[in-house]
Amino acid sequence: MDILNELVAWFSDPAQWTGPAGIPARLGEHVHYSLLGLLIATVVAVPIGLFTGHTGAGGFLTASLANFARALPTIGVLFLIVLAAGIGLVPVVAALVALAVPPILVNTHEGVRGVEPRLRDAALGMGMRGREVLFGLELPVATPLILIGMRTAAVQVVATATIAAYVGVGGLGRYIVDGQARQDLTMMLGGSVLVVALAVATTLLFAGLRRILVAPGLRAGAAAVR
Amino acid sequence: MIAAEGGDWALGAWEWVVRVTEWGTANWSYPGEPDRGIRPLVLEHMRLSYLSILIGLVIALPLGLACARWRPLYPPVLTGVNVLYSIPSIALFFLILPYTGFSDWTAIVPLSLYTLVILLPNVVDGLRQVPDHVRQAAVAMGFSPLRRLVAVETPVAVPVIIAGLRVASVATISMVSVASLVGLGGLGQLILSEGFRRQFDAPIVVGIVLVVLLAFVTDALLVLAQYLLTPWARGDGRRGRPRRGRTAATGTPTAAVPPAPEQRTAGER
Repeated sequence: MDILNELVAWFSDPAQWTGPAGIPARLGEHVHYSLLGLLIATVVAVPIGLFTGHTGAGGFLTASLANFARALPTIGVLFLIVLAAGIGLVPVVAALVALAVPPILVNTHEGVRGVEPRLRDAALGMGMRGREVLFGLELPVATPLILIGMRTAAVQVVATATIAAYVGVGGLGRYIVDGQARQDLTMMLGGSVLVVALAVATTLLFAGLRRILVAPGLRAGAAAVR
Repeated sequence: MIAAEGGDWALGAWEWVVRVTEWGTANWSYPGEPDRGIRPLVLEHMRLSYLSILIGLVIALPLGLACARWRPLYPPVLTGVNVLYSIPSIALFFLILPYTGFSDWTAIVPLSLYTLVILLPNVVDGLRQVPDHVRQAAVAMGFSPLRRLVAVETPVAVPVIIAGLRVASVATISMVSVASLVGLGGLGQLILSEGFRRQFDAPIVVGIVLVVLLAFVTDALLVLAQYLLTPWARGDGRRGRPRRGRTAATGTPTAAVPPAPEQRTAGER
């Protein structure tokens, strides 16, 4: 209970909400890194996944990549890239991209692969060809799965961006690092609560995106199989 | 010229590999000092991850049974588990620190909760996909509901449960490293304290390699366990076993591509 009271006090302190070390600024930094990492990863991974899914090439490779990426310890990847490239925005974002690409790539690939053959036959029967099938059928049908992959990646990126504070950049992780350095438990917990809130908000954001981006005809079925 | 540069690069890479390997073997263990070196960290990593997976399975089995039996229970439980999973591990480690202190539980409690997001759906789907005629045959042979569950339904569900265990164990083994930020974390400590804090790449690389290796060895052991536990599935040489060809995540037959674990996460996480 004591901890809870102190947390409430920490959050309601007006000093917490202004200046370069305030919550809005830290949150802004965190969102900035995360969004940048996720956007770059999406731009890289979705086209590749669409290509490999559509042509059927490299299926084994994407599956192995996903397995390998899942086994990689995120903090090791982050620290290694930062150690090799120096402290700054670019290495941190590079590490986030490296972590976000595999789930998006695999889900895009699987999403396109998983399009029912009879739907593909119907599209071909209607006279659609290669690119039309990809963008008119396979991409919309794969969208729910792509969004799940992006959600997985986004949650992971938000979590890992926290660790980025250990390599000297900003973001919500600063509260955890600084709190640890000052033995200030309340500050550490406050930072953790903010990270949790951001992660939950990210999950909700993707639930919303799903409503907007998934074609109405696919939504009912997609909801049923989730 | 270009060839020479390529040769230099390859030579440099080789020297780097040798340097990292030498550091790893030199620091593996210190005779007479059991707490120093890489070996105890590997053991800690195994202890934390295996205990988390085991506790996760111990929770997931009865919970999955309950969810398979009383269907309305499943959606809310699954949502709860998914919400838990969206909490970043680093935040959860710090949030339970006041309650668990610097004990193994600080790492084990969050990690075993995370495994549920993969294990629970697999247990439920595994039990649900027991063919009706199998269940009816067991009833006709006079099996009581409990004996049917233990002797028929659970064994049939083993391949799907192990598919979930494989994904969960790989994810858990890699996530244990994050616990190094709260002073636990096995090989994560090698990466953080020996490597990053001292700006030294060899421990980081050794740490990453050993974590990946541990994950793959564990995965292989689970495959072996599945082979031993499902003698009926051996040696028939059929391509694409019908039961595992259907992914519960999408509910559609997904023909050849990769084995169940990949499809599992593709849909579930």
